[in-house]
Amino acid sequence: MDFTMPARAEDFRAEVQQFLAEHLTGEMIAATRDGTIHSPALHRAIADRGWLSGAVPAELGGGGMDPVELCVLLEELQLHQAPADALGVAVVAVSMILEHGRDHLRGTVAPRLMSGEVLACLGYSEPESGSDVAAARTRAVRDGDRWVINGSKMWTTLAHVADYVLLLTRTDPEVPKHRGLTFFVVPLDTAGIEIQAVETMGNERSNATFYDDVVLGDEWRLGEVNDGWTVMKTALKYERGIAGGQFPSPPVIEAAVDWARRARRADGSRPIDDDEVRNKLVRAMIDVEVCRSFAYHTAALASEGTMFGVEGSMTKLFASESYKKHCAWFLDMMGAEGLLTHDDPGAHMDGLIEEHFRHAPVTAIYGGTSEINRNLVAEGWLGLPRSRS
Amino acid sequence: MAEAFGDLFAREATPEAVRAAEAGCGFDPDLWGKLAAAGAPGMAVGVADGGGGASLVDLAVVVHEWGRRIAPVPLVEHAVCARLLTSVGGQRDLVTAVTSGELIATLAPGPVEPGGTALLVPAGAVADVVAARRGDDIVVARGRPPGAARPNTADLPLADRDLSGAETVASGAAAASVWDRALAEWKALMAVAYAGLAGEVLSMGVAYTKQRHQFGVPVGSFQAVQHGLADAATRSEGARLLAFRAVSAVDAGRADGARLASMALLFGAESARFAADRVLQYHGGYGYSAEYDVQLYYRRAAGWLLQLGEPAAEIAKLADADLGPKAV
Ligand SMILES: Cc1cc2nc3c(=O)[nH]c(=O)nc-3n(C[C@H](O)[C@H](O)[C@H](O)COP(=O)(O)OP(=O)(O)OC[C@H]3O[C@@H](n4cnc5c(N)ncnc54)[C@H](O)[C@@H]3O)c2cc1C
Repeated sequence: MDFTMPARAEDFRAEVQQFLAEHLTGEMIAATRDGTIHSPALHRAIADRGWLSGAVPAELGGGGMDPVELCVLLEELQLHQAPADALGVAVVAVSMILEHGRDHLRGTVAPRLMSGEVLACLGYSEPESGSDVAAARTRAVRDGDRWVINGSKMWTTLAHVADYVLLLTRTDPEVPKHRGLTFFVVPLDTAGIEIQAVETMGNERSNATFYDDVVLGDEWRLGEVNDGWTVMKTALKYERGIAGGQFPSPPVIEAAVDWARRARRADGSRPIDDDEVRNKLVRAMIDVEVCRSFAYHTAALASEGTMFGVEGSMTKLFASESYKKHCAWFLDMMGAEGLLTHDDPGAHMDGLIEEHFRHAPVTAIYGGTSEINRNLVAEGWLGLPRSRS
Repeated sequence: MAEAFGDLFAREATPEAVRAAEAGCGFDPDLWGKLAAAGAPGMAVGVADGGGGASLVDLAVVVHEWGRRIAPVPLVEHAVCARLLTSVGGQRDLVTAVTSGELIATLAPGPVEPGGTALLVPAGAVADVVAARRGDDIVVARGRPPGAARPNTADLPLADRDLSGAETVASGAAAASVWDRALAEWKALMAVAYAGLAGEVLSMGVAYTKQRHQFGVPVGSFQAVQHGLADAATRSEGARLLAFRAVSAVDAGRADGARLASMALLFGAESARFAADRVLQYHGGYGYSAEYDVQLYYRRAAGWLLQLGEPAAEIAKLADADLGPKAV
């Protein structure tokens, strides 16, 4: 078992860094302040480089990039705070289409998603169902060769810039919840769809999407009728493969070190010389090394062809919970100055730590909450019985 | 090989054997004899020096099993000191006797004064050979071990050792690099041992909470219990991965080896203590009883790290390296 990154990964890291130096601009990062963590130019550049299709498994017809290199790519994107939320979504969407889609979807949607020409978003969550995703109520009713869809989705992030939504619908309300679901790929310009912005504490914009007698041909169906749960499981599997989110803390730690060196306390001392501050910085750096160990390990498993499962839950659980802790530590370290947002001209590093502090909570919620991940670890890793309360 | 040693530890280092050793000085001579016969004490010493020629990573796999059984023999101190003695080109007879396990070797982690006594030396109660850092030198003392430990929480064979007769075996820059490497090896291997300890204590927690019923259901079906164990499992798995990464880095002589080893030890100790704490808690009153094994693990989880000194000092060293020294 290899626990360190192979040399080829470090060569590839240099390549990614070079790419980011050429293509990622400060303006792109600043532009995400409008809440959309996506840059069309960067997305196209990544796709042109072959890294989007590369992230799609080879057995599905993707580029089959080495998982270890993919891990490095995702790490570097995150370390550079690149606005690349649409990348992971596109990879998952293409994988789902290539695995379960028929000719129409494979021929028209998948190639354009891979080339970065169009974007997808994910419509799983609803106002009344999140963790219990299989409880979706958005209805799809067959009408001859067509389907009529009615309902609403919550948290359809990127819908306002995307071309398609992968929509989880209920096609049979009479059977147990997992057995009456069907997936569709829905063009977002279809009549009857409305998109409303949802603002968040962290400024990221998400959407509520509404479907009112949306009429769709059967060629847009993804997978078999009432077999949507099988498609959902593939989605979760591929999501693990490209799960970013392991390295949210390093920019926060760097900013904290910078502040601790520059700031002066009332007695003239520098926070960086305070043992309590040093202790927290070191502990945060240790947590980052733990995240890195998790990420390299899952990448190594994937490159050996082992599909990992619970390890992904552990990685996400640890990374998001420690990130939240770090943000709180370093916000506190700065006292009142920590509260200043990027709108204040005196905010340290444009209010970076403050912004992360507001963003951090969502990482323990979306893509499977911490509680759901703990359930998965308890059942899947420890073999404990299904929980009763 | 790892499997064979794993079986040996499982068979010989039973909780009964651990308790029996606690009645003495925290050492099981029979187990040491069996390990020596199987080649464990010198397995990571070069073949030219009479050892098994195994890598540090191979040794770590064995140490993981040692940690799992909290086996009452000073395998890690001994293996690290044996490698140190060969790298300074120590006297042939000494190297041979240590490699075979005929003599037990250890190192004193803190600096010692000339003519002084090293306090609370790990394995000091049973070691025939003690290596230490004195000024810019590495010194080695040979002598009869006291055979008695200073009574301690974790029932470890800690004892004070008089190093006045110690001889210098390395000096200057060479001594510094050999010593730093030995400490990094000790830390990385103990981090792996902690992963073994945490893994075993979690298995005990899972087994117990599955069979213990309250309110008509297994206590392991309560989500509060599950989530505590899931957090412990997650941290322990992260600690295991970091520990092996540290061992690989130290083994390869990589520049970040010492940093990773120190981080892995701190995180490993913390995770193992957290796991032991959760598992003791979820045993209820039985976890606190002497009869159950959790308490054996709980005490060692605290003890192993502290043998090195204060955790705060270890963190301070990491801070100095990563952030620069503190202004005074
Ligand atoms: C900014 C943002 C972007 C998002 N983007 C998308 C997107 O693009 N597409 C999409 O489909 N969804 C998206 N989501 C939705 C996200 O996946 C859900 O919020 C998440 O799955 C949790 O569902 P919920 O919000 O309904 O909370 P609930 O499921 O109602 O949970 C409420 C609380 O109960 C706990 N809980 C629930 N079930 C259990 C259980 N079995 N055991 C223990 N505790 C439990 C949860 O952990 C949580 O603490 C996004 C969410 C946010 C906030």
